[in-house]
Amino acid sequence: MRQFFRGKIGKIVLATGLVFAAIALCVWLGSRQRLLPQHYVQLTLDGMRGGSIYALMALGFVVVYRVTGVINFAQGEFVMLGAMLCLTIHKLPLPLPPALKLIVAIIAAIVLATLIGAAVERLTIHPARRSPPVTLTIITVGVTITLRAGALLAWGADPYVLPAFSTLALEDHIFRFGSVILQAQTLWIWGTLIVVLVLLYFFLEHTIMGKALRACAVNQRGAQLVGINPGRMSMLSFALAAALGAIGGIVLGPVTRPIYDMGLMLGLKGFVAAIMGGLVSVPGAVVGGLLLGVTENLAAGVTNPTYKSVFAFVILIAILLFRPQGILGGTGQATEEVK
Amino acid sequence: MLKLEQVNAYYGRVQALRDISLEVSEGEIVAVIGPNGAGKSTLMNTISGIVSARSGQITFAGVPIAGCRPEQIVRLGLSQVPERRQVFSTMSVADNLVLGAYHRYRHEHKETIAQDMDFVFEIFPRLKDRIKQMAGTLSGGEQQMLALGRAWMAKPKLLLMDEPSLGLAPLLVKEILRVSGELRNQGMTILLVEQNARAALDLADRAYVMESGEVVLAGSAEQLTADARVQTAYLGRKPVSN
Repeated sequence: MRQFFRGKIGKIVLATGLVFAAIALCVWLGSRQRLLPQHYVQLTLDGMRGGSIYALMALGFVVVYRVTGVINFAQGEFVMLGAMLCLTIHKLPLPLPPALKLIVAIIAAIVLATLIGAAVERLTIHPARRSPPVTLTIITVGVTITLRAGALLAWGADPYVLPAFSTLALEDHIFRFGSVILQAQTLWIWGTLIVVLVLLYFFLEHTIMGKALRACAVNQRGAQLVGINPGRMSMLSFALAAALGAIGGIVLGPVTRPIYDMGLMLGLKGFVAAIMGGLVSVPGAVVGGLLLGVTENLAAGVTNPTYKSVFAFVILIAILLFRPQGILGGTGQATEEVK
Repeated sequence: MLKLEQVNAYYGRVQALRDISLEVSEGEIVAVIGPNGAGKSTLMNTISGIVSARSGQITFAGVPIAGCRPEQIVRLGLSQVPERRQVFSTMSVADNLVLGAYHRYRHEHKETIAQDMDFVFEIFPRLKDRIKQMAGTLSGGEQQMLALGRAWMAKPKLLLMDEPSLGLAPLLVKEILRVSGELRNQGMTILLVEQNARAALDLADRAYVMESGEVVLAGSAEQLTADARVQTAYLGRKPVSN
């Protein structure tokens, strides 16, 4: 029996069984709350909205981890910076039409956050580059605390608002399908995720910079020997991760109320999503993010919404215990051994 | 073209190179032979800037390069075909070759680089058949070809080859050495490190023998092939008893 569950077919049977058990449990709990089918649709859609943000964050974790071996816990702070910088620039009294003003604010916020990401690498990771990854990872924890404290000084402890992209106002368009509702901003979030994925794919597969970044992730010695500077690639990976985080923060801005410490929970959720995807794979990060968003939202919906985050971390523990290589992962081998 | 004077280098706390002096002139193939652990690979990595020399001078084309970073040295025209090939295993053959030309992208046309890639496919047609395949799925010989092609894509003036025959079937060793000879005929200078002394001496103009981090013998390939010590230690001949 144990043998069977270790084999390939056994594992598939086991996984399918677990999924059905989870769905059955979900439906049973939901029926006690008198949930109707459209409620599940609503919970899933909302989960995919949050999941898209987690996916963007997970991509940031994956990019930095693959190139440097560092788990960049400051990833969540880049999300906060994206949202905060955007709304701050948007509030500046610029003589521009409202739509253009928002576009300018968005672009400026992404650029600034990217520069901050690069600066973080230069100032904190680069000087310690000869240290083991664990040390560098702990440095990123320090960066997190510093950035959050800086944000508290700059923006105070009150939440802010960012206008919805479609209406340029606090009230967003709402699409109704029966009793299922969908905010226009949700479509912006999904669209952003798709555009980012296309751009990221193009960058990594079709530009020499992107190829150099991948080469550095695969074989650092080989990369050095063809003239790639690993330090510069490390900086590029942080800048890219910061840009991904900031984009997530900006599109999320209108549906939450951006606040100086929003990066804490988002960063951890993004980390859970990256772990679900195996920490090294781009598709894994996206699947992990969406799956995490939907799962935690459904689980919270059928029990109690205040438990939402609990489910994310239960998933994290379960993945680390039973499938450390991630849901899609094969061998769990991060990079080939460089000798 | 390349000159090392009294170079000392350490691998951790172990001294791997002791007062190494050697020279490679333009158009030459120079071999460094010696047993495992003699410091041959450290020598290559010291020249490439991956291991830093603790003392001594390394000059390449008149420029002192000891203390330069690896990417600066590649830009000066010195490429290494590393031991165990170090190809980018999860990337395609084409991407591996393109990355070989990484430092040229800033100031050269894409077409020139594409033409150079065609030249690599001309000398190694097998790579062309596998252009989209991941480098890690190639055979050892094909990976060696890829590593050589990748180093060549940097358009080096001097090519360092670290154990190109390692783990290859004799026929493939011949193939690699044939191409090395061909590259020399086109004006490439090569510094070759080999455990396979016979193959190295067949190809090279001059050679150095390294033991425990020191150069113990130097001379033309013919001289060394005829040398009794080299014959017994590296060419597998029995000592002549009289």
